[in-house]
Amino acid sequence: MPTPNVVLHVADVHKRFGGLHALADIDLQVEEGQTHAIIGPNGAGKSTLLNVIIGKLAPSSGQVIFDGAILTGRKPYQINQLGIARVFQTPEIFADLSVLHNVMIPALAKRDGAFKLNMLRSLDSEVGIRQEAEHMLEDVGMHSSRDMHAGSLSRGDKRRMELAMCLIQHPRLLLLDEPTAGMSRHDTNTTIELLKKIKSRGMTKVIIEHDMHVVFSLADKISVLAQGRIIADGTPDQVRGNPKVQEAYLGGTH
Amino acid sequence: MLAMSRNDLLLFLGFTIAVLAMPIWLQPFGAAYPDLLQRFMIFGIFAVGFNILFGLTGYLSFGHAAFFGVGSYAAVWSFKLLSLDAIPAMIFAVVVSGLFALAIGFVSLRRSGIYFSILTLAFAQMSYNLAYSVLTPITNGETGLQLTLGDPRHFDRLFGEAMPGQPVPTLLGQSLGGFTGFYFCAGFLILAFFIAQRITGSPFGMMLKGIKSNQTRMNYTGFNTKPYTLAAFVISGMYAGLAGALLAVTDPLAGAERMQWTASGEVVLMTILGGAGTLVGPVIGAWLIKYFENIFSAINETILARFWDFLPDGADHFAVVVSSKFVGEGWFLTLGLVFVLIVVFLPGGIMEGVRRIAHLFDRKRSSPTNPGKTAPHPQPAE
Ligand SMILES: Nc1ncnc2c1ncn2[C@@H]1O[C@H](COP(=O)(O)OP(=O)(O)OP(=O)(O)O)[C@@H](O)[C@H]1O
Ligand SMILES: [Mg+2]
Repeated sequence: MPTPNVVLHVADVHKRFGGLHALADIDLQVEEGQTHAIIGPNGAGKSTLLNVIIGKLAPSSGQVIFDGAILTGRKPYQINQLGIARVFQTPEIFADLSVLHNVMIPALAKRDGAFKLNMLRSLDSEVGIRQEAEHMLEDVGMHSSRDMHAGSLSRGDKRRMELAMCLIQHPRLLLLDEPTAGMSRHDTNTTIELLKKIKSRGMTKVIIEHDMHVVFSLADKISVLAQGRIIADGTPDQVRGNPKVQEAYLGGTH
Repeated sequence: MLAMSRNDLLLFLGFTIAVLAMPIWLQPFGAAYPDLLQRFMIFGIFAVGFNILFGLTGYLSFGHAAFFGVGSYAAVWSFKLLSLDAIPAMIFAVVVSGLFALAIGFVSLRRSGIYFSILTLAFAQMSYNLAYSVLTPITNGETGLQLTLGDPRHFDRLFGEAMPGQPVPTLLGQSLGGFTGFYFCAGFLILAFFIAQRITGSPFGMMLKGIKSNQTRMNYTGFNTKPYTLAAFVISGMYAGLAGALLAVTDPLAGAERMQWTASGEVVLMTILGGAGTLVGPVIGAWLIKYFENIFSAINETILARFWDFLPDGADHFAVVVSSKFVGEGWFLTLGLVFVLIVVFLPGGIMEGVRRIAHLFDRKRSSPTNPGKTAPHPQPAE
């Protein structure tokens, strides 16, 4: 069997908040094109792990390697420019701007890089970027709300829009922190379909989810996190059959 | 590339006409004299530039008077050393205030929110104190920097002897007093407005709005927000320097009080009063404040006594005493009150009032045609 191509490697990462060991000895390898789910009870350290990957938090020790480049020590915008985008647990959007502009901004970041003093151009002349954004909004089923204030969207719609903001950058790695939380069953299913469609385009994804329906319909691999440690990982079937997981998580509230 | 959308073009043309016709339409208000009109232009420029930093980018500077003052000093020095012509003075002032803004912005922008505001305030007060006492050889301290017959004016001397009499700034030999001075300043306000309009409508302007709305998201979206905020800071500093230079052109005397915190606060009030983040709002705010300052500060007790004369004895005296606190030197009290009312009832400033009224008319017009419409209005974004 050829060695799989590991794009993201979280190597021996520890993260302490004072006395709290939020991440302990995390070693995680995500393969190109796969969807890697991270599950675990509340407070397990899932969001903290994503924060370490995108540079919001510095690990106490260990490092994160993306496609041969060490991410640790880089700024969030540099990490994004390397091709990593994230949907947050509480949507991070431009609440004062229109939905269309919310999606155009990331497209401009992708095209123009981290800084460009393009103040003589008119935004109206950015036809290509605009069309790209409109197509993206069609893909997530939000085209009809493109002129609305993003701040006035429902929670589920904010999330879908944030997903569109990430997808328009065609990231190599997409990190999703509970992308379907706050969505209706119907919207959840649409989002699953959308994420499956992206998968067929070969985008690598790390997804945090509480909804087991979502996890088992999307994931190629699952890691189970509890109290800052990975207590199990493997294919969905392996994880489902693991008694430790049953005890720590699946047998619990879900 | 310089094509404008229809709406932008209409706004720009409307603005240009309104500005150029001010000597006509301000006549009934008793404000159509050159001195006041010039100040309308100058503080309009100051507010338009301030709005690029505050209204678009969301950084509230409390020290922009420093750049205004630097612009004035730089312009007067250009008159003294180089030439009485206004153009080199303005170029010199804009460059110097831009450099000044680069240095202060670089440090202040390491913080955001209230800490940023305090840093800018501290820098401006430092500049004020430097100008007032420490740097007296450059600023002439308390007296202020002014033109004298003995100024070297190296450029002018190359082309012949200085004209007799008190030196005044010129444009290609033409004196810039009166309405000529107004049209000179108006040209710059129109240019300043045009540039601000371009910036607002550009991808760069969109980034500034993104920073105001959610800087965290901008960072995770791949933008290095620091150079964007610094660029906005320097641009608004250059606007302030331009305004300061124009004030020196119309009245070639630069004093330290132009840099004081009250002057910095005034431009904040102008912008909020008119409507921060809008293009026209800050200009209207500047005009209103300068207009009412002019009216209210000229009122004295004699005028008030005549005004309240119809009241019974005793009551009229009381009314005069109370109202006299709000006029003359006390005009700032009136300004404060108006400001509080606006912020409480119209947080978006005068422009929000205009929008609300326009909306009201829209609904009146459209409601009979779709009577069954019960769905809430979708909030359109700008
Ligand atoms: N910035 C921080 N400072 C201090 N403690 C933190 C910080 N971020 C997270 N924690 C703590 O670390 C632990 C893990 O938090 P984290 O948000 O990663 O959990 P999670 O697995 O994402 O939980 P949930 O499913 O509720 O989102 C929690 O106990 C949390 O209180
Ligand atoms: Mg979480």
